[in-house]
Order: sequence, then structure tokens, then C-alpha cells
Amino acid sequence: MSGKKPYGQLFFSMLRLSACTFGGGFVIIPLMRKRFVQELGWLEEQEMLDLTAIAQSSPGAVAVNAAILVGYRVAGPAGAALAILGSVLPPLVIISVISLFYRAFRSNSIVNFAMMGLLAGVAAVILDVVATLAQGIFRQKRLLPVVVLLAAFIAVRFFSVNIVLVILLCGAVGAADTLWRGRKEAEK
Amino acid sequence: MIYLELFWAFVQIGLFSIGGGYAAMPLIQQQVVDVHPWLTMTQFADVMAIAEMTPGPVAINSATFVGIQVGGLPGALVATAGCVLPACVIVLTLAWVYYRFRGLTLVQGILAALRPAVVAMIASAGLSLLILAVYGQRTLPADLTAIDWVAAAIFLTALVVLRKWKVNPLYIMGGSAAAGVLLYLVCG
Repeated sequence: MSGKKPYGQLFFSMLRLSACTFGGGFVIIPLMRKRFVQELGWLEEQEMLDLTAIAQSSPGAVAVNAAILVGYRVAGPAGAALAILGSVLPPLVIISVISLFYRAFRSNSIVNFAMMGLLAGVAAVILDVVATLAQGIFRQKRLLPVVVLLAAFIAVRFFSVNIVLVILLCGAVGAADTLWRGRKEAEK
Repeated sequence: MIYLELFWAFVQIGLFSIGGGYAAMPLIQQQVVDVHPWLTMTQFADVMAIAEMTPGPVAINSATFVGIQVGGLPGALVATAGCVLPACVIVLTLAWVYYRFRGLTLVQGILAALRPAVVAMIASAGLSLLILAVYGQRTLPADLTAIDWVAAAIFLTALVVLRKWKVNPLYIMGGSAAAGVLLYLVCG
């Protein structure tokens, strides 16, 4: 099955990443960026952000959605199916095993300590990728992206505005900006 | 037919949980505690705690757990498939639209405005996780000095190492978990 499409690499990358997505789906973004943008070169940085927007605004788990998108991009519908399998298998196996003795697992203090350390590490991993991405946006030296970044942050953080609504509004702003600049250029 | 019920319950959870993880919790509770007598409220709380302690999306983890409790391994597979199905259809449709039209100037303008918004959302999620890690709760406490210094130290070390040496995030996460076990055993 290893024709010219990298099915094996895709599946095992997903398997590994999915087994490591602790603390909510967002950590999959820095992990996928490292693997698929930097190590394998399958995606561009901007594309990764676009796919994140799609993963975010679709129903379902962000991590699974992102996996579907990367799989589809790299190897079409079959790739998407493989990516789903790879990202669903680890939680399926781990939870199946843990469900047998979950009360003991929950109250185990070593597990708890590891979890507490891990959460702090995951927060660092996510904020590190935010710093890198934000730098890229500030380097464009345009006002609009910076305003969108801050406004979206305030809306989501302090007013808990629905994420789909934020995506739609920002898309509308981008469309208006493009049309307006197009018209200005036509007038010249 | 229990498998059909499981499948359908998790199709609904998959379809209506937008924005990932914690947004899905009330929906899952409604389906598996209120609508169907699959879990007691205590069991549900246990599932949520375990879902947070294990890798993988909360919705998939709970699908596996509930599926096993209700219908064994086949139950887990059916529930997981139901959970992933709606996302699969919607995400693939959006992906097709994205790759078909992303060359258009207007679409590029829209995407350019979406990217900063996505960064803002990742930032917000990262901040929530940081608060959870250093304060042990989801919202900022009244007393901001009530910091878990071990978690804060792990976070800062991880962030500095990531920024400076661009280490693979997976190593950072493993290291943070190990540091958690060591430090809490020594300091706690």
C-alpha cells in the first residue's frame, strides 16, 4: 500500500500525535505543525492556520477534525480515513483498558502528579506556538491583522463569544477589506 | 437495539459540539445521563476526570467509555464511529471548498483575516490551560498569589527551553510529566 502516497507515515504520525494530545485538542496544533510543517514539509505554515480555522469551526473534536484535514490534504479521502483511524485508535485503546480499573487510576497520586506537571508543560507548548504565530502576524506590518488578533482574543477570552461567530465575523471583515482595497486600486 | 441507540446518541454529540472539549461536556451529560440511563451522575463525573487525564478528545474518550459500559467493545466502536461521522462529512466538505477556492483573491482576503483570529483562539485556550495548571481551577481565583509554584516552575522552564532550543514538544510534555512526579513527591 506504499505507492506514492505516504499512507504509512501519515497513519503512524497521527497515531503518535493522538496518543500525546493531553489537555484539550489545541495541543494537536503545535504537534502537527512540528511534524507536518517542519519535519515532513507536507503543509505550509499559512495552510496549517487555515486548516485550524476549519477544524475549529466545524462540529466535533478539534484534534480529529485537524487530522481529517491533514489526511485529506496529503492523500485524499483514503488519507482522511487513515488519519481518523490513527487519531481515534489511541484513545479507544487507552480508555478501554482504563475503564477496567478507572477508580484506582483516578485516585492514584503518581498519575495525578504526572498530570499536573503535564498540564503545565502543555500550556507552555501551546503558548510557545502562539508566540511564534503572533510574531509572523506582527511582522506583516499591517494594522488589520493585529486588530483582528486583539479583538478576537478579547471576544473569546473575556466575553466567551461563540467561536463560529468569531470566525464568520472575521471572515466578513477580511472580505470587506479585500473588496475595498480592490476598488481603491481600480480607481487609481 | 442498544448499538443503534449508542450510535445515534453520539452522532448528536458529535454534531452539536462545536469548539471542542469542554463545550461538549453538557451535551454528553444530557445524552448519557438524562436521555439514556447509561451512566449515573457520579460515573459521568468520573468519566470527565478520566477523559482529562488521558490523551485524546473528551468526546471520543467518553464515547469509548460509555460504549464499553453499555455494550462492550462493539459498543465502544459504534459510539466512537457515531461521534466522528458528522465531523467527517462537514470537515471534508469544507476542505474541498477550501482547496477549490483558496486561489481567489476574495477568499485569500477572508483567510488573511481568519488567521489572526485563529491565533487568538489558540492563545485563549493556552491561557485557560495555564490558569488550570497553576491555580488548579478554570477561572482566576480571588487570591492571585495562591500559585502552585511547582507547576509555575515547570511551565516557565518548558517555555524557556522551547523558545530557546526549539525542542520537540513531545519531549517537553514527557519531561513535564516526569518533573511533576519528581517535584510533587519531593515538595508535596
